[in-house]
Amino acid sequence: MVPPVSLPAEVVEWFTTAEHWRGDFGVPHRLTEHALMSFAALAAAIVIGLPVGIWLGHRGRGGAVAINLANVGRAVPSLAILALTQQAIGLSGWPGFGARPAFVALVALAVPPLVTNAYVGMREVDRDVVEAARGMGMTGTELLRRVELPIALPLIMAGVRTAAVQVVATATLAAVTAWGGLGRFIVDGFGQQDNAQIVAGALLVGLMALVTELTLARVQRAVVSEGLRAEKIRVDEALAAA
Amino acid sequence: MRWDWVRDHGDDILAATRQHVELTLLAVALGLVLSFPLGLAARRWRRSEGPILGLTGALFTIPSLALFALLVPFTGLSRTTAEIGLVSYTLLILVRNIVAGLDGVPDDVREAAHGMGYRPLGQLMRVELPLAVPVIVAGIRIATVTTIGLVTVTGLIGQGGLGAFIIEGINRDFRTPLVVGSVCSVALAVVADVALAAAARLVAPWSRP
Repeated sequence: MVPPVSLPAEVVEWFTTAEHWRGDFGVPHRLTEHALMSFAALAAAIVIGLPVGIWLGHRGRGGAVAINLANVGRAVPSLAILALTQQAIGLSGWPGFGARPAFVALVALAVPPLVTNAYVGMREVDRDVVEAARGMGMTGTELLRRVELPIALPLIMAGVRTAAVQVVATATLAAVTAWGGLGRFIVDGFGQQDNAQIVAGALLVGLMALVTELTLARVQRAVVSEGLRAEKIRVDEALAAA
Repeated sequence: MRWDWVRDHGDDILAATRQHVELTLLAVALGLVLSFPLGLAARRWRRSEGPILGLTGALFTIPSLALFALLVPFTGLSRTTAEIGLVSYTLLILVRNIVAGLDGVPDDVREAAHGMGYRPLGQLMRVELPLAVPVIVAGIRIATVTTIGLVTVTGLIGQGGLGAFIIEGINRDFRTPLVVGSVCSVALAVVADVALAAAARLVAPWSRP
């Protein structure tokens, strides 16, 4: 390929072409598709993964499984999960071509980091604090809701952020298997050797990932107790879980 | 599963596995070469820690397909494109663990080394880094496993090692190469992880798993 001197101008032209903003193949539709799919998959994964991780952490059980789940998840290529779910459940059906296997694959990829981080977060709660809470006469549920969960929240949120970024990235890859979303622009751009479309798609996807990450960082600041905010999570532990 | 396909493509599978390993090794090695100065800078000048982690974090956040797509107009469907992308993803993991590993060296040890007459460089090389090995190796393991998974995506830009089979399986709607590529990639990740853990115990027997 020739070094594209005119590429920036071509990308600007792509973005300012009215046709690229209309209909089922336009930016607004693809953006909405991508956002809705990512949101739905993350929400489903949270509903499945967080209770499991929190419960295991609270009871101190299943540690080996909970901790290794994220490692296993990392080892399985997301492209493989996408392709295999597509083979397993087919492409057709509500709510659109390729949407169902993409959704299942995204949920499957998002659950492991959620479980592992929630588990580690719960186990990291200082045992003295737990003993003190019990000594004050708290029941198991009170202990969970008023002591363990607030203290574990930074790591739980770290898991949510990891999962969210992964979901947005993998939803992009779903265009390779069959689904739409913003990855469509990149994959179709490759197919048509249209550099402007490739770069435009990449910019949209990158922007979406960064906005997701920054938004969740804000959510984390809003929900984490002030007393815990200053305390820096030990990076190696956070990363072992990520 | 068509086992006759697997039999007929034994050499291809071997060659793809080799390419997969080469892409991964080069990415992690280059990542380490870049991460050490970045990690040391982040520790030496604490004010640079925020920007260094922020920048590598932003790189890490950009979806792989988008990053490769941004590079393709400039470096083409080449190994260079693949490696730039793959190295970018190792940086955050490696820098964070290098910083955390060095931060984990107890102050007593540092003072004792200083008292024994170690110069800053000698202290770093002979005292601090050896003690940081377990945490740094943990980072290398995560970076390696992550890279092995990401290499499959580089199949979309004509590289990919075992990822090429996954993409062939998708394009031809043919399950056998898809399963072969996926299984071999996972196996490679597991083997690499176990081997790195064993290597760490060998070079640093004081490291706990």
